[in-house]
Amino acid sequence: MANTPENGAIPLLEVRGLTKIFGELRACDAVDLVVAKGEIHSLLGENGAGKSTLVKMLFGSLEPNAGTIKWNGEAVSIRSPGEARALGIGMVFQHFSLFEALTAAENIALSLDSDTPIATIAEKAKSLSESYGLPLDPYSLVGDLSVGERQRIEIIRCLLQEPDLIILDEPTSVLTPQEADKLFETLERLRAEGKSILYISHRLEEVKRMCDIATVLRHGKVVNHCDPGKETAASLANMMVGEEVTNAARTPPAEGGRGDILIEVKNLNRPPATPFSIPLRDISLDVRGGEVIGIAGVAGNGQGEFFEAVSGEVLQDEPGSVRFRGQDAGKLSITQRRLQGVGFVPEERLGHGAVPEMRLSDNLLLSRHSTDSTAFLGTLGVIRGDAIATSAKRISTDMDVRKSGEDPEAAALSGGNLQKYIIGRELDREPAVMIVNQPTWGVDAGAAARIRQSLIDLARSGSAVLVISQDLDELFEVCDAIAVMHNGELSEPLAIGDATFEKIGLLMGGAEPGHVEHDRGAS
Amino acid sequence: MGMLEAILLTVATAATPLLIAAIGELVVERSGVLNLGVEGMMIMGAVAGFGMAYVSGSPWIGLICAIIAGALFSLLFAFLVLTLVTNQVATGLALTLLGLGVSGMIGEAFIGLPGLKLQAISIPLLSDIPLIGKLIFGQDPVFYISIALTFAVMWFLFKTRAGLTLRAVGDSHGSAHALGISVLAVRYMAVMFGGACAGLAGGFLSLVYTPQWVENMTAGRGWIALALVVFASWRPWRVLAGAYLFGAITIAQLHIQAISLGDLDFLPAPIFWLASLVKAIPSQFLSSLPYLATIVVLVLISRNRRLTMMNTPASLGKPFVPSR
Amino acid sequence: MRIELTKRPQHSVLFSVLSPFIALALTMIAGGLLFAALGKNPFDALYFYFIDPLRETWSLHELAIKAAPLILIAVGLAVCFTSNNWNIGAEGQFIMGAVVGSIPPVLFPDIQIFLVLPIMMALGMAGGAAYGAIPALLKVRFNTNEILSSLMLVYVAQLFLDWLVRGPWRNPEGFNFPETRQFHDYAVLPEIISSSGRAHWGFVFALVAALVVWFMMSKTLKGYEVRVLGQSPRAGRFAGFSSSKMVFFAFLVSGGLAGLAGISEVSGAIGQLRPVISPGYGFTAIIVAFLGRLNPLGIVAAGLILALSYLGGEAAQISLGLSDKAARVFQGMLLFFVLATDTLIHYRIKLVMRSRASGGA
Repeated sequence: MANTPENGAIPLLEVRGLTKIFGELRACDAVDLVVAKGEIHSLLGENGAGKSTLVKMLFGSLEPNAGTIKWNGEAVSIRSPGEARALGIGMVFQHFSLFEALTAAENIALSLDSDTPIATIAEKAKSLSESYGLPLDPYSLVGDLSVGERQRIEIIRCLLQEPDLIILDEPTSVLTPQEADKLFETLERLRAEGKSILYISHRLEEVKRMCDIATVLRHGKVVNHCDPGKETAASLANMMVGEEVTNAARTPPAEGGRGDILIEVKNLNRPPATPFSIPLRDISLDVRGGEVIGIAGVAGNGQGEFFEAVSGEVLQDEPGSVRFRGQDAGKLSITQRRLQGVGFVPEERLGHGAVPEMRLSDNLLLSRHSTDSTAFLGTLGVIRGDAIATSAKRISTDMDVRKSGEDPEAAALSGGNLQKYIIGRELDREPAVMIVNQPTWGVDAGAAARIRQSLIDLARSGSAVLVISQDLDELFEVCDAIAVMHNGELSEPLAIGDATFEKIGLLMGGAEPGHVEHDRGAS
Repeated sequence: MGMLEAILLTVATAATPLLIAAIGELVVERSGVLNLGVEGMMIMGAVAGFGMAYVSGSPWIGLICAIIAGALFSLLFAFLVLTLVTNQVATGLALTLLGLGVSGMIGEAFIGLPGLKLQAISIPLLSDIPLIGKLIFGQDPVFYISIALTFAVMWFLFKTRAGLTLRAVGDSHGSAHALGISVLAVRYMAVMFGGACAGLAGGFLSLVYTPQWVENMTAGRGWIALALVVFASWRPWRVLAGAYLFGAITIAQLHIQAISLGDLDFLPAPIFWLASLVKAIPSQFLSSLPYLATIVVLVLISRNRRLTMMNTPASLGKPFVPSR
Repeated sequence: MRIELTKRPQHSVLFSVLSPFIALALTMIAGGLLFAALGKNPFDALYFYFIDPLRETWSLHELAIKAAPLILIAVGLAVCFTSNNWNIGAEGQFIMGAVVGSIPPVLFPDIQIFLVLPIMMALGMAGGAAYGAIPALLKVRFNTNEILSSLMLVYVAQLFLDWLVRGPWRNPEGFNFPETRQFHDYAVLPEIISSSGRAHWGFVFALVAALVVWFMMSKTLKGYEVRVLGQSPRAGRFAGFSSSKMVFFAFLVSGGLAGLAGISEVSGAIGQLRPVISPGYGFTAIIVAFLGRLNPLGIVAAGLILALSYLGGEAAQISLGLSDKAARVFQGMLLFFVLATDTLIHYRIKLVMRSRASGGA
């Protein structure tokens, strides 16, 4: 079995029975893990399977409730990230642990435990980054950098500590396919140098391609150790999810011609709103009834700004720059746009799509207080609690929202269940137009399949659906055509039959023929 | 001593408590904590300083006790806000209300007692230089402390590793925690430093500025210090400039109130006429000038939203619970 | 040893009800220790603070007089704080309400008709609301921190009142005392039950205001909007609510109620304007608002408790020779304990004895 060290050598890291309990949840339940020297070891699992919890314990930022960790054969207890670094464990975080107001060199200095002058650190970082082909300006402010560049700082910072084990938490989720290839090269070179890598991902293809061994987690428990090269993507997925995984079925668009244009964005421009945000440059896009159009792109290329503009959270100067169902909407508020029959689902669930400390029923009113005012409000604006409770219950049943009580607070739900509720809140109105930003970000596979299917079904019933997503697999699963957003610009949509990962990836990196480079050309 | 020299001296005296309290609060806010209790910590410093000086007979002991009182009092705030994660705005207000109450009760015994004044340091010869001699070489010790403190904080924040860590914690406590920096330890120390500074500023009021105890003698200076930090966009040298600007406004209005028109008849007629117009302004309106100036200055500095957003420590006032 | 907090999956209903009571109990204990340290018998002191003022009808009236401004102001502050607008200048709005509301009896003393009183009340509310609108305008238009601007305006209002009563509004027949003329009978807020004590209609205003605001906050879309924008401004914008309008709404409501409190106090309890017309009601009301957990009905109870501490302070001074400043200490401690126990609503608190578990065991 792969779980025992091969040819008797002492493994670099040996974990036995590691357990972490949050309240009543066993986030990690007696996990065993062995990482040998010079291997790329994949940690596979769904959202919420306990991968991040496990590596946070290895890096000393969480304290295990039980279990042992052996490093080079010796029992150790890792009490802090500083101790982990001293042992030779480095980490690249999924949600970067960077400081936007500081320079790259200062960011790196903060994770080195010695009192080296910044200038020396900058010099070292620069030469190391060049030797790995990951160019980096140590004096640039992190807040001004793209996501890919930020990850480079994280990696350089980690390598400067000369670790024996490098932990990467979902590193490719923020990269274009081409940037990901570059990362794989770097990792393979590190393996050749004898370093070990613990690689967390839920992307099966890259795990199959690169990793020597995989440990699969499900609901906090190890379900299998295997050689991913010998498995198929489907068999790995089954191990992760524990049941047959069904992708959303994309039925072909309705016969007999395409529907009317229901979303029309025309020459939409928007200056940057905050010091670190992206301007929108002359965006145009049509979405017809009956179809799902996707917008791909690396995080931070203007998707959030675009969502704010089309939703009416931010108004436009030109009434005609956004039109729904043939009517100008550019100067209409989000409430008025909803009254035109449009439903919106933002990226952040807690704090944007829902108020964390309000009950689900109260959260229903958030997007529907004016579209359904006759049903939900009485005279003097008195809220009709019974009507709202009934609707909230119907949505929960329709979308299979699993919750602890009758009407819990939004923050008490898992990401997937809350997202099902927020999507269901809009679907319940049967909107003619639906605009969704990152529909299944951080959502488990079962909920994701359900959400995707519901979006396809909505479109096939005649509505226009616009999906903004960083997840290419998702877009290829649900969309009829995909456009790409890069640096505030939107490409022409590619029909799904013509689109490939390769083509979309190049567009995500900004490599459009005739593409004009703007100020962020450094990447 | 000429009049101009006297005015300059009093400007420095009025600016010193503002400078010290604001520099302390700047460090607190750079670490991501908003302590609105400056007024309360200051008045605790004032009452402790006066009382201990009176008991011990030494204004120096009084001053040291003022610093300790401010730091200990801030610990109360730190415990609630950092350990119990209470709302920072409300807790800061609570600290001010409690400080005003406690100092009022302790100080009841001190009302009307003669105060001890911390004597000015006078460097022979140098302090005799006209105009600037007294100003630079003949001030009270706290003045020198305030200037040294400003430069020390500047050096600490931007030239030391510990200062980098403090700024990092104020920028993103989540990232700092992930890297293994003890966010709470950094913030506890920052808050206590701010408390010590506020205490010192209060001690200055009751041992140098007006060596006696008067209830509520801080008269909103703690709040003005808070405004100065915003005005300064969290930069020490701008706090220095702002404190002296406010010192000047305070002194200007005091002098206008104090001077009598009869002393000004040497002035040319148009200026005399102007002066008599100014003198016609009721004293209450002049007294409200520092408060109105605070509002005006805040409006001017905050108007540019983008700039404000860039300068404000990103995690200022946000609650942080370390996960373990 | 260290204290560890774990976020509860949902806020605890039990502790949202219990926490003010725990805070009160802790304040009593701490207060008792304080009195003992001052050499007084803590039980006697607490008796004079919290029981003695309740024993006689006239002092119940005094309680209502003190509670009225506290409740009125705190109910308005609850709207502000719930919507995350930090108006701490209610003291100034109180004063400006009193000043503007006093225009009829001071400047037009000869107009003595029934209408004067309602006009005074309306002017008082308008004055307080207008003064509250200044920090709101500065916040919306210039992004100015409302905490600092509203507080600075308190000092300005105090000085303005001082100037009025020593200058233009000074009683011409008042022997140069710094006070306005006495309000005529039509300008005095009547007593509720004049046979048994002095309590005036201000207390009724306070109860009505608490009921109306409670209804708005808990039953209507407007109250929902206040809560959403307070808890999550981004979600509020997603809902189509305007945070700028909310800033004005919150400041106008709280300024108006503070102004009404001001004119009621002057017209009902004092009978003229003086340089100082408030023993810090505007600041104590902050404590009332939090002790009442920002719920208007809770605030009625909290207002009565804080009013009791004012009366108790006087009673303890007379009977035990305790400083009346002790009441302020009491109030400050109470707010601290309220804030500290509120943590229990959202977190479980655990004392951890060892610094870290030894992960290798």
